[in-house]
Amino acid sequence: MSLQAITYLVVGLSFALYIGIAIWSRAGSTKEFYVAGGGVHPVLNGMATGADWMSAASFISMAGLIGFMGYGGALFLMGWTGGYVLLAMLLAPYLRKFGKYTVPDFFKARYYSDTATIVAVICLLAASTTYIIGQMTGVGVAFSRFLGVSNTMGVFIGMAIVFMYAVFGGMKGITYTQVAQYCVLILAYTIPAIFISLHLTGNPIPQLGLGSSFVGSDMSMLAKLDQVVMDLGFAKYTTQIPGTKLNMFVYTVSLMLGTAGLPHVIIRFFTVPKVKDARMSAGWALVFIAILYTTAPSVAAMARLNLHATINTAVKSDGNVFAEEASIKYSTRPAWMERWEVTGLLKFNDKNGDGRIQYYNDKSANKDFLAKAEAAGWKGNELTVNRDIMVLANPEIARLPNWVIALVAAGGLAAALSTAAGLLLAISSAVSHDLLRNMFMKDMSEKGELMAGRIAMAAAIVGAGYLGLNPPDFAAGTVAIAFGLAASSIFPALMMGIFSKTMNRQGAIAGMLAGLGITMFYVFAHTGILYIKGTEYYHLFGGKDFFFGIHPNAFGAIGALVNFIVALAVRSFTEPVPDHIAQMVEDVRVPRGSGDAVADH
Amino acid sequence: MDKTAEQYWKRTLGLIRNVLIVWFLVSYGAGIIFAGALDSIKIGGYPLGFWFAQQGAIYIFVALIFYYAKTMEKIDREFDVDEQ
Repeated sequence: MSLQAITYLVVGLSFALYIGIAIWSRAGSTKEFYVAGGGVHPVLNGMATGADWMSAASFISMAGLIGFMGYGGALFLMGWTGGYVLLAMLLAPYLRKFGKYTVPDFFKARYYSDTATIVAVICLLAASTTYIIGQMTGVGVAFSRFLGVSNTMGVFIGMAIVFMYAVFGGMKGITYTQVAQYCVLILAYTIPAIFISLHLTGNPIPQLGLGSSFVGSDMSMLAKLDQVVMDLGFAKYTTQIPGTKLNMFVYTVSLMLGTAGLPHVIIRFFTVPKVKDARMSAGWALVFIAILYTTAPSVAAMARLNLHATINTAVKSDGNVFAEEASIKYSTRPAWMERWEVTGLLKFNDKNGDGRIQYYNDKSANKDFLAKAEAAGWKGNELTVNRDIMVLANPEIARLPNWVIALVAAGGLAAALSTAAGLLLAISSAVSHDLLRNMFMKDMSEKGELMAGRIAMAAAIVGAGYLGLNPPDFAAGTVAIAFGLAASSIFPALMMGIFSKTMNRQGAIAGMLAGLGITMFYVFAHTGILYIKGTEYYHLFGGKDFFFGIHPNAFGAIGALVNFIVALAVRSFTEPVPDHIAQMVEDVRVPRGSGDAVADH
Repeated sequence: MDKTAEQYWKRTLGLIRNVLIVWFLVSYGAGIIFAGALDSIKIGGYPLGFWFAQQGAIYIFVALIFYYAKTMEKIDREFDVDEQ
């Protein structure tokens, strides 16, 4: 069977499974729609959270990023997992005890104010919407690549699929579909990794393979990679860092706080039966996430090694990388390169006109290396590899069987669709539940609310699809900004709401606005106001990364700090919290009497 | 807040503090700040600092959450505030 046919078959089967599950577990009440009836087992909930959490960014982009960032790529690994420790201890059990459907529900009750709720809804919509655009783009790219349809068609197919199971199934449908999606995506991620690890190191466990010795030598895989990349003028893999150590530190903090503050993850913990299940569920979620996240570094390093070894044949055998015949001829390049060239994500430019591909770092800090490259007649790097293709192309580079390549396609789609569905649910509940039912149309019936939730979700799908078709040119930045927004606005306010009995509404609102404001200010300085090119204003402050060399994507941590400081300052000169709120906080702190998640006030 | 509630909260905060110390040491400590120094030690073919940053910290995070969840259940029962 051809690659195309197998891909259609595998992807088709996986979709049939998701839709079947959605029909079987259709939501009949608002409770089932928002919190899956509150009866999801913690292990299943953990799995669903894992699928919800691991987006196209985790599945498709992360390993590629790490492959080129080396050691410094750890900031994604630690940032996107360490946040679960914070979530498990600081937020999940207390929000479950609080027993509401949505994050703004908590703000409304704890900060006894509609303004606080509206600010929370704005933060939530800003974070979720920016995040979802990237997912829809990812869906479009993956569909077009593997199903051979246009990008536009790909986005439409994605919209239709998400619409079917998210809109009808609600949280109940989404939760059980996500369990299936987790299974598909984790198999799709680990199977090629096992093959490749076995091939390169003889050890089938990728986590161990990365430390094992490279086949046919006594060097460890990582030492070999260090040698290979340095031979080609790149920075040493195991010590390379992005910018300064301070930047790496702050970036990690930002991703951790953002993880704990992203509403579509938080609402997952409203779906378990008990407070103690909420704690355990966070642990299970991290177990399922860790399977992918500890495999990713191996995928990253091995894909990088395979890539170099494919282009320069002297790399594996410790030969002379500058020898003429070491660089492969463009005319005899492997088939996968041709396939990816079509997409424009892999580009060859024969600068020295010798018909061979020289792939190296022509901006190397190593002067010796550059001198040797010049002597060998190399006139600059000739191959541009988009790092986002690494995971998808990895099985092709390693010449794995067609069914593995098809499985990876299904996995990438599962990752993007499951996250998109979770985000859509967060958006629709914010609109129908928090804004309409609790603010503007208080006499709406349960049926009406369910309908409003579905309409809001459908509108969000159309909106996200539109933006996915016409990405406002900030695809990569959006994900990081979504984390920055959540870290600087939602996380601190939630945490203070639980751990401080005296934090009042003025403090919380001022803190959220200050944190959000300063983060947006710093981001816009680099990307342009509302991401419009040409309106960047970082030069006014003395150049890019003007705040101690911190990258705008890493600024959420600083925003969170500002949030805390402003909130505490404002609290000290405004009136104290009413007694019944302080009593409520005390009550939230103990598990007994948790009951079910309820919508009434 | 009566005495036992106060005690309960104190125990909870103590547990959270301890877990956060370990959380910080394995990620920001071993994985970032001291990674360079730890790299001279090798573990299973990995430089130790690199291992903490790309593998070890994640395993320890998982263990920390389960340790926290189990210990909290114990504390809940001890203060008789667990869910029946």
